[in-house]
Amino acid sequence: MSVVRLADVTRTHGEGPAAVTALSGVNLAIEAGELVAVMGPSGSGKSTLLNLAGGLDTPTSGTVTVEDTDLATLTAKELAAIRRRHVGYVFQELNLIPSLSAVENVMLPRELDGDRSARARELAMEALGEVGLAHLADRFPEEISGGQRQRVAIARALVGERRLVLADEPTGALDSHTGDEILSLLRARCDAGATVLVVTHEPRYAAWADRVVFLRDGEVADATVPPAVNVR
Amino acid sequence: MSIRHGLLALLSPEPRYGYQLRTEFEASTGATWPLNIGQVYTTLSRMERDGLVSPGEEDDQGRVVYMITEAGRAEMERWFSTPVAQADRPRDELVIKLAMAVTAPGVDVGRVVQTQRTATMATLQELTRAKRSAAGGTAQRLVLDSKIFQAEAEQRWLDHCEAVLAANTEGAQS
Ligand SMILES: Nc1ncnc2c1ncn2[C@@H]1O[C@H](COP(=O)(O)OP(=O)(O)OP(=O)(O)O)[C@@H](O)[C@H]1O
Ligand SMILES: [Mg+2]
Repeated sequence: MSVVRLADVTRTHGEGPAAVTALSGVNLAIEAGELVAVMGPSGSGKSTLLNLAGGLDTPTSGTVTVEDTDLATLTAKELAAIRRRHVGYVFQELNLIPSLSAVENVMLPRELDGDRSARARELAMEALGEVGLAHLADRFPEEISGGQRQRVAIARALVGERRLVLADEPTGALDSHTGDEILSLLRARCDAGATVLVVTHEPRYAAWADRVVFLRDGEVADATVPPAVNVR
Repeated sequence: MSIRHGLLALLSPEPRYGYQLRTEFEASTGATWPLNIGQVYTTLSRMERDGLVSPGEEDDQGRVVYMITEAGRAEMERWFSTPVAQADRPRDELVIKLAMAVTAPGVDVGRVVQTQRTATMATLQELTRAKRSAAGGTAQRLVLDSKIFQAEAEQRWLDHCEAVLAANTEGAQS
């Protein structure tokens, strides 16, 4: 069973002659345990694809299915519940909350999902540990470097049991060694059964994926074939 | 083997003399691959033997014009649509191929770039898997790293080619 499936998905912004088609007729099915990388020039529709897959945006036509549920059939409340519980996001502009410390930012998704504060903190410290930032847990976003903020955002996407992780340029501000560590972290999550969709400009990071999908002008231009052993 | 493929690409728009081919080959590929006229004629006579080109009449100065055959056109198309394998790559064949794809009329250069990009990415994925599971020592790891950097550089260069080509097309349209 695919964890996420996009069937003939098109996303158009605006109407008439000024309409911009960000994504056009895209078909993509991602299996449990699969790490898929999306590459393509700026404006080719990568963020749009990620937002649609995570239910943050709705297609103009076509269907997005997450774990056998057509997202279009859900009420706003049900959709919000799926997003909170199962999906982790790393946004291109990290969206950390400046008035919360690193650990509080990471706790947030768990608390929103109803975890008690102590439990949420415990899970958040675990996630911060995974990205090597446990020692900076009580600093505020403006008191840490850009690369460290990026790792806090990744910890927030990974905290708790996320079955689907969507990451938009998660390695943007990282040196190549730290970037490799982030990818190996995402890789480990996949090997443990999670599904990860990652947007990157860097071939070296995309190469960690089972499958690399190339977008151009809103369409899938090509994709590498996943190795047989890793297809589940 | 890309001298003969390069010559086919140069012959595809119209027939050429051997000496013209040599000048145009170097003009397309820069100094990457200097050819001497002897290599051009040897290659042309082998291509004639293989049915890829056919010679015209000798003119009064004893020069012969060559034209591409149907088989030659098919062979050129096959070359452009096949990615260069990382393993048995004669140095710079990809560079020659791209230069020729831009020079010859009617080649879908974007397609050539994308075909190569996917093949190179598959190589990069394989190397990354090998690195992840490498039990060997530092030497083995560094050899893998070297190959990863090479494949990565090639990928970046392909991105760059695509961006330059897109900018040129946009410029031509406006
Ligand atoms: N709300 C919007 N209204 C109009 N056009 C939009 C909107 N959102 C995105 N677009 C357009 O859709 C296209 C795809 O955008 P998208 O953000 O998916 O690109 P991207 O591949 O993520 O680019 P980048 O690498 O620069 O982040 C672009 O041409 C963009 O301008
Ligand atoms: Mg984007």
